[in-house]
Amino acid sequence: MMNVVKNFRKNTLLPFVAFTFAFFIGGIIMVISDPIVMGQISSPGKFLTSAGSKIGNAYLAIFQGSIFDINLARGSGFIQGFYPLSETIVTATPLILCGLSVALAFRSGLFNIGAQGQFIFGAIAASYVGFTFNLNPILHVSLVLLVGIIFGGLYGGIVGILKAKTGAHEVIVTIMLNYIAALFVLWLLKTKLFLRPERLDPIAPQVNPSAQLPKLFGESLRIHSGIFIAIFATIFVAWLLQSSTLGFKFRAVGSNSNAARTAGISVPFVTTTTMFICGGLAGLGGAVHLIGTEYALGAGIAGSLGFDAITVALLGQATPIGTLFGALLFGALQTGGRTLLSNTGTSPDIVQVIQALIVLFIAAPTLMKSIFKIKENLNDKSMAAKGWNG
Amino acid sequence: MSLELKQITKKFGSLLANDQIDLKVEKGEIHAILGENGAGKSTLMNIVYGLVKADSGSILVNGAKVEINEPADALKFGIGMVHQHFMLIPVFTVAENIVLGHEKTNRGILSLIDAKKRIKEIADEFKFDIDPDAVIEDLSVGLQQRVEIIRALIYDAKVLILDEPTAVLTPQETDELLNIMRTLKAKGTSIIFITHKLREVKEVADKITIIRLGKVVGMASPSTSQGELASMMVGREVDLIPNKSIKVPGKTILNISELNIFNLVGRNIVKQVSLEIRSGEILAIAGVQGNGQSEIARAIINLEQHVTGSIKINGEEIIGKTVRNSLDTGVAFIPESREIDGLIESFTIAENLILDTHDLPQFAKNKQLARTAINSSATSLVKEFDIRTQSIFDKALSLSGGNKQKVVLARELTRKVELVVASQPTRGLDVGSIEFVYERLLAERESNRAVLLISSELDEVVALADRIAVIYKGEIVGIVDAGVPREKLGLMMAGIAS
Repeated sequence: MMNVVKNFRKNTLLPFVAFTFAFFIGGIIMVISDPIVMGQISSPGKFLTSAGSKIGNAYLAIFQGSIFDINLARGSGFIQGFYPLSETIVTATPLILCGLSVALAFRSGLFNIGAQGQFIFGAIAASYVGFTFNLNPILHVSLVLLVGIIFGGLYGGIVGILKAKTGAHEVIVTIMLNYIAALFVLWLLKTKLFLRPERLDPIAPQVNPSAQLPKLFGESLRIHSGIFIAIFATIFVAWLLQSSTLGFKFRAVGSNSNAARTAGISVPFVTTTTMFICGGLAGLGGAVHLIGTEYALGAGIAGSLGFDAITVALLGQATPIGTLFGALLFGALQTGGRTLLSNTGTSPDIVQVIQALIVLFIAAPTLMKSIFKIKENLNDKSMAAKGWNG
Repeated sequence: MSLELKQITKKFGSLLANDQIDLKVEKGEIHAILGENGAGKSTLMNIVYGLVKADSGSILVNGAKVEINEPADALKFGIGMVHQHFMLIPVFTVAENIVLGHEKTNRGILSLIDAKKRIKEIADEFKFDIDPDAVIEDLSVGLQQRVEIIRALIYDAKVLILDEPTAVLTPQETDELLNIMRTLKAKGTSIIFITHKLREVKEVADKITIIRLGKVVGMASPSTSQGELASMMVGREVDLIPNKSIKVPGKTILNISELNIFNLVGRNIVKQVSLEIRSGEILAIAGVQGNGQSEIARAIINLEQHVTGSIKINGEEIIGKTVRNSLDTGVAFIPESREIDGLIESFTIAENLILDTHDLPQFAKNKQLARTAINSSATSLVKEFDIRTQSIFDKALSLSGGNKQKVVLARELTRKVELVVASQPTRGLDVGSIEFVYERLLAERESNRAVLLISSELDEVVALADRIAVIYKGEIVGIVDAGVPREKLGLMMAGIAS
């Protein structure tokens, strides 16, 4: 039990410190970049007050935009006050699944930059099955999710096979496959198979209602049951890593592939299997996002998800639970950033600055340790600092 | 010149590496510092050479207190050091390496004329056969060491620190080095000789200081017996010459014939090696490191990729199959670098103990790890192999070298074993752990298993082996019985067959 508490403290301390520090510096940047506040620098009292209210209002706006908005609650009912939280979760859901994909790869010693491409292939498959068939809803949704996993898995599996058979570096291969996926979807949307009738811009037909994930709190909130799929996937990955023999092999290869190989574990097998599962997770993310939120496949379906996923996995220190919370945090920051401009006039770019700072501090544990004189070994895994072949 | 250390103390975290160490080295004296791995010898010398800063204590040169903050300071006071791992750039010539950091230029162009002249002078003075224009990577390890010595002498070192200088040498090269040390001494240079090899200390040292767990535990003269020196070094009676029973070897377990191993760039590392080991027999492959012996061991469990010839275990061909296959055939493999190939340091001891067996029904139920069975097996192995740890859930990282090796032994020797392949099994271990490893290997022999021991420690080979195959540049120079004189083995290790 003591161990659990100790581990929990150890695993949460670094993200917490990084988080606090990023918000602190974010605040300073907000003040510096505001000419009105800076104009008062000659009278310190006034300056501090307005700087304080500037920062306070901005973070309040982020909170209002991402968790709970009292004005909405007053106007349209208590549950509507949670509209921002619903948006946060909608944003976080695909991020969790892609984040898990990256985190699991990390644990096997692989750097999966390709969640983006795997996500797109999952979404393509989900879209086609979604708008082509008309089935019993449970069956239809299950089928869509399954093809999402399979197509994403195959797209990730290619990377695993190439690495296992030829030694091609997964980072290079996944980057290239991301380009291919992005352009492939663009081309696909111009074909008869996918282009929505009577439309010229690249967009596929909406998936049929039987393939859509049910909304949780009625039509006015976008939150859908995909979050449960994401949570289930988190539990699955946690089980895989901690309890299964397969996950044991993954962790062994990820921690020290030489010793794993010497003990008879096949490294090519682990590489290939991991990439299939990682691809499957990101593909599932694509399917869930498509039938939960977007309904129609567009060229920009993935946004920058695949890359945010890397950040999220990093933030979660490559643990499944950590990734879940990391994704929720990022979802909150991204949705909260939108209200920042409308409520306070502060540029929403500050959110990206804060995100970047968090990553910087997480990725450089030695820096944090020296700044805060933290004696204990904060993060002996230090995923990000390990480099490509670490 | 005399060098004196007073009350040197150095802590690394909670580890007291040097605890109030006093040491006095007189002019023209060979002063041996004897101690086990991890006793604090290297830390002490790194302090003297300015690589590590002491927490407290002082250094006196010719009776005057000096401040040494970096190696340049040490050189200034006439202190030179030859490190255990040479600090030479392989693609540079001897002269280039020696002037490194002190380059003289002529109109912006590197001028080596003076340096070459000085190198020649020193080489002639000590009868070193060194060409200043030779490229370092073309020189043997022994010659590279001489380059290091010249480098120290050219900057007027009056006190020369030699850190485990014989670890990488053949017995012949070791004898030559000891002679060089005597010559240096005769010319007035003081030498601090760091080692854990008793034989060499007795042969060459004038004074011996013994360090244990960071403290000076005593001084001795070269006339002290090896047994006494060993027990001072370890802190108790030790017996490193185990009792071996007389055994008649049984059927052939391992049969290697015409084995060739190539490295990634196609160089032939192991050439036409043929060996046979029978049950109840220990065959040692003796040789200086890097002569292809590690590759033979790795080939037996299929870790080498470019292999021709045949390796049969109980008549079954191994080559071209998987590591798993070799292990299942009954090979226990103790790799030479336990931190890299032997264990996963970030895993717990319990996890390390099932690295190879986590798929077996006893440890896996429905593709899921059976934690209860794994933990109870770990608990009993920790007891059986005397692994000193607080908990089976501690990470392997937290163990000492000896206990790490015990984890590897516990894992490897408790499978179904026919053949034990032990590659440098005592490297870097303390004497207590060495004794333990010897006992286990002999126990394997007792229970009629075949043992392939790969070692560059002649004492170890002689103590354990029934037969000794000497390897040089990838070829077996000869296979001899254990009773053969050391001198002959030494010559064979240098490639000279009888």
